[in-house]
Amino acid sequence: MAFENNVDVEHPVHDVRMAAIKNFEEKGFPSKKEEAWKYTSLNSLQKIDFSIFPKEENALEYKDVKRYFIHEIDTYKIVFVDGIYSSYLSETTHDGVDICLMSAALTKPMYKQVIDVYFNKIASKDESLTLLNTAFSREGAYIYIPKNKMPKKPIEILHFSTGNEASLLLQPRNLIIVEENAEVQIIERHQSLTSNDILTNAVTEIFAAKSAIVDFYKIQNDNETASLIDNTYIDQKDKSLVKVHTFSFGGKLIRNNLNFYQNGEYIDSTMKGVTILGEKQHVDHHTLVHHIEPNCESHQDYKGIYGDSSTGVFNGKIIVDKIAQKTNAFQQNNNILISDKASINTKPQLEIFADDVKCSHGCTIGQLDEDALFYLQSRGIPKKEARALLMYAFANNVLSSVRIPELKTRINKLIAKKLGVNLGFDL
Amino acid sequence: MAYTEEELKKELETKEYEYGFYTDIESDTFPVGLSEEIVIAISKKKEEPEWMTLWRLEAFRIWESMEEPTWANVHYEKPDFQKISYYSAPKSADPNKTLDDVDPDLLEMYRKLGISVDEQKKLQNVAVDIVVDSVSVATTFKKTLAEKGIIFMPISEAIKEHPELVKKYIGSVVPQKDNFYAALNSAVFTDGSFCYIPKGVRCPMELSTYFRINQAGTGQFERTLLIADEDSYVSYLEGCTAPSRDENQLHAAVVELIALDGAEIKYSTVQNWFPGNSEGKGGVYNFVTKRAICEKNAKVSWTQVETGSAVTWKYPSCILKGDNSIGEFYSIAVTNNYQQADTGTKMVHLGKNTKSTIISKGISAGKSQNSYRGLVQVNSRADGARNFSQCDSLLMGNECGAHTFPYIEAKNKTAMIEHEATTSKIGEDQIFYCNQRGIPTEKAIALIVNGFSKEVLNKLPMEFAVEAQKLLEISLEGSVG
Repeated sequence: MAFENNVDVEHPVHDVRMAAIKNFEEKGFPSKKEEAWKYTSLNSLQKIDFSIFPKEENALEYKDVKRYFIHEIDTYKIVFVDGIYSSYLSETTHDGVDICLMSAALTKPMYKQVIDVYFNKIASKDESLTLLNTAFSREGAYIYIPKNKMPKKPIEILHFSTGNEASLLLQPRNLIIVEENAEVQIIERHQSLTSNDILTNAVTEIFAAKSAIVDFYKIQNDNETASLIDNTYIDQKDKSLVKVHTFSFGGKLIRNNLNFYQNGEYIDSTMKGVTILGEKQHVDHHTLVHHIEPNCESHQDYKGIYGDSSTGVFNGKIIVDKIAQKTNAFQQNNNILISDKASINTKPQLEIFADDVKCSHGCTIGQLDEDALFYLQSRGIPKKEARALLMYAFANNVLSSVRIPELKTRINKLIAKKLGVNLGFDL
Repeated sequence: MAYTEEELKKELETKEYEYGFYTDIESDTFPVGLSEEIVIAISKKKEEPEWMTLWRLEAFRIWESMEEPTWANVHYEKPDFQKISYYSAPKSADPNKTLDDVDPDLLEMYRKLGISVDEQKKLQNVAVDIVVDSVSVATTFKKTLAEKGIIFMPISEAIKEHPELVKKYIGSVVPQKDNFYAALNSAVFTDGSFCYIPKGVRCPMELSTYFRINQAGTGQFERTLLIADEDSYVSYLEGCTAPSRDENQLHAAVVELIALDGAEIKYSTVQNWFPGNSEGKGGVYNFVTKRAICEKNAKVSWTQVETGSAVTWKYPSCILKGDNSIGEFYSIAVTNNYQQADTGTKMVHLGKNTKSTIISKGISAGKSQNSYRGLVQVNSRADGARNFSQCDSLLMGNECGAHTFPYIEAKNKTAMIEHEATTSKIGEDQIFYCNQRGIPTEKAIALIVNGFSKEVLNKLPMEFAVEAQKLLEISLEGSVG
């Protein structure tokens, strides 16, 4: 692939990109022989001839895509159509906080200092898909929240893909910096508007400074020809609190690489996920929490419901360094298989080098409780609804910590739709 | 306190590895190196039939094309397979002689090891097969067992006397191409135990094999084949030691268990190979493949206490092929100083209503690394499969590590799988509580460790349980300051 021809040589991060290209060429795409990709094959995706650099800008009307926004509330919006920023659909700001574009941040001198400190600092230098993104990403969201600030409303990042290119590879790159004592809420969504093959290879770097609070919600409900590889790297300092919720309902293949690095004390990292799959969908959650300093906590709670011929993977890795004493790390992964052809592979992994720690992980694979189902049916609730109700209850632990009520309602609706029922109430 | 710290230190130094002696017995050792000629020579030495020689050669060719696995969470200097002698036998051991004729030096060695080949064992009702270096030197109770139709003999004899059984089952659970060390073992194994329990027979006594590496520069490659015919029962014990040496010795064994319809096998191991000295020098590399196949309604239970070896790489597994079969795995792995252990189990559910239980307790101290690696796999036809796994780790000191790598793969919607893991340390308050009641710290730790491992110790046969408890105490001595 003649990637180099398309790279802007004058670009400020040109050196970083060239290094990434070189590394990527050495590594190539990950294969199933690699331990981290044992259960997820990218073969089917590599066969598709993706167009990497979209040629033309596509305009969308707000009314056509309104339903993909959390339109009940006012939000800042950063919208991309086929990887290109759509100023018409977006609402950015520089009023106290910076909510704007990655391309602007990379080129304008006023951001240079911040970019030098943060850009590509925690993203992996040897994970090939991250390298691919570093090398060729052109656009993404740039969010900078200064000390003691909090934006007035949540931020939505939306990626639309249209049908103008037969098959498209998108590589958004986000940089989110939350300074001391600041707070932010972000909702991210990828949405394909056609049935063309789409592959999104996204990289997000989040830096949470001392006592910062970050709430990040990922909605993954794309149609069945769209695939997503999401690489998120989070750097946390003293007393910061970062929560990442991942809701995976749609898409052909989803791979989430969620990495937390705790570079400070008294940090809390939370990651929660609900996965409901059908048909031939495949979702792979890879989480990593690296406890580097003492007195920190991490909480993981992932629930999965697998139907039809869907396959699910959960691989949760917790590393506790030698000096990270008094660490509390909890991990929970519960799965329900509702079809004969569905399968789940789970691997909760602990690597502990400190002795004064409390670490536990629990993992279950099971079915809906027949007795509970009978109880509901005997009270006049039809079987389908009864099953849905039990599945709701199963996922509720994760939903209860969503802090934007409108978002919670939206997710409830998505779950109801996915389960094919209307319960007429929200949890 | 009755004795001073000095004395305690002295005791600890000497107590390090009490089986570390070397007995000077004249032995017949092959030149170092591995080639087709050596494989053929081993086969000749053992007076084996042609099919066995060919089987070994096939394994050797497979081995040559394989690479040493690197995925385990252990780091060690790779053994040079051309620097090992693949055959070493005590010269004066002649399997045709009776026990009275056995070399007195050998008998003295067993006495030191605490195994008596004579009267005492009769009281304990254990039949023993003893393997020194590469050769089985003594098998007791052969006659008593023969009356019941039980065959218990060195595998080298079984190849000659019961070729139909050996030919049918050898390699049926662990094929030659299974993995690098299994292939190596298949090519060069020199002895081991063979056991056959006929239909409906309940073996009246515990069967036991004792392994000992004595000679320097040799590797031990033994092969155990245990067949429990329909509705039979057997309990089998395995123990091992080696002299303290500066160099690393290789032990690559293969154990195959076959439990036919309704049979039950209980296999217990107390592994106490030389772990290397406190600086991490020397010690045995223990690369073992153990696997069982369970037919309909059969049950296999693995119990292991791992205290020795510099590097352990061992995954006793169960293939639950028949409907309603049961697999169990109970393990305690203790690592101290520079020991590394990567151990666990595989439970492969193929039949309907199969059940498996995994209880694994890892204790790491000193600068050691202890990993649990397990696989629970439920295949699409295994309706109603049930698994419960629990892996607990106990850390002592802040220079050791505990790791868990559980793989869980479910392809059937009726599967019920539970997995739990915890990591903790011995609480200061627990120690304080014991101290307060007049229990010294060392004893208190032994007490707590015993409590932590009780679930597994309970599964061991009586006389082994006592030995295992002592071993735990010895291997952890001086590890908490």
